[in-house]
Amino acid sequence: MPVDAERVGTVVAGPVGYDVGREVLRDFARATAVGSTVHPAHVDRAAALDLGHDDVVAPPTFAAVVAQQAEGAFVLDPSSGIDFSRVVHGEQRITHHRPIVAGDALSTTVVLQSARTMAGNEMITLCSSIVDDQGAPVATSTSLLVVRAEPAP
Amino acid sequence: MTGDLSAATGAPRLAGLTVGDQVASRTVHVAREHLVHYAGASGDRNPIHWSDLAAREAGLPDVVVHGMLTMALTASLVADWAGDPAAVREHGVRFTGLVPVDAREGADVELSASVRSIDADSGTVVLDLLARSAGSAVLGRARATVALA
Repeated sequence: MPVDAERVGTVVAGPVGYDVGREVLRDFARATAVGSTVHPAHVDRAAALDLGHDDVVAPPTFAAVVAQQAEGAFVLDPSSGIDFSRVVHGEQRITHHRPIVAGDALSTTVVLQSARTMAGNEMITLCSSIVDDQGAPVATSTSLLVVRAEPAP
Repeated sequence: MTGDLSAATGAPRLAGLTVGDQVASRTVHVAREHLVHYAGASGDRNPIHWSDLAAREAGLPDVVVHGMLTMALTASLVADWAGDPAAVREHGVRFTGLVPVDAREGADVELSASVRSIDADSGTVVLDLLARSAGSAVLGRARATVALA
């Protein structure tokens, strides 16, 4: 069952809230350093303040973690028409309007930007807008998900 | 203040860059434990990233690195070069190849960033990012837009 074409261009999930904690950012920074030195602005509040930030700063791809939590409300819902066991992440783009910092109360809204079929694979583009508790834009995450074709019977 | 910091950390300046320059490179050794850590930290607990059985059943050669972890490795490379993670304004990649991670040997990912274009008006540089493993590119059209003084 493909995604309902009438949902293209509409909000399919959200707003979904995400409260950004300091320890979560530190852990994500350590997880993405993979043996390299962790940038001090991710773990040390004083180092982040020195760079002009309000608190420890999220690594750039953390915005996609926030977005994916909201996207899950659509992608993992069987009524979406997506067989998540066949999903492969094809592309990812993140635009930062300002850095995510500890203490942010974020809210994400997901729009189904496009859905098309190529060679039996369904290509689904989701655009997630992340805003802060004042409604100001924080980041935009665009994900291309490829739902692989069912193998021939 | 920014000027002092820039001088203290040796942050790159737009005026010092030339299109084509390689500005940063690093080889990262990824082991299974890193994939487990990333699975927990990111919330992406898909077992193809930590279970031999799940990887095999999905037709993969081995447990593979999360595409988003490879993307994050390129982000760290760029952020470390720029001196401030918040300098990364835009970042996009295509996931074009898998990075299988052997249980004993792990896997090396070779990363590099080079100058694609410079926009003095907006104070930004666009970097071309490369990520290779076992001799093959694993990201395509990978670019980051970075704000510099």
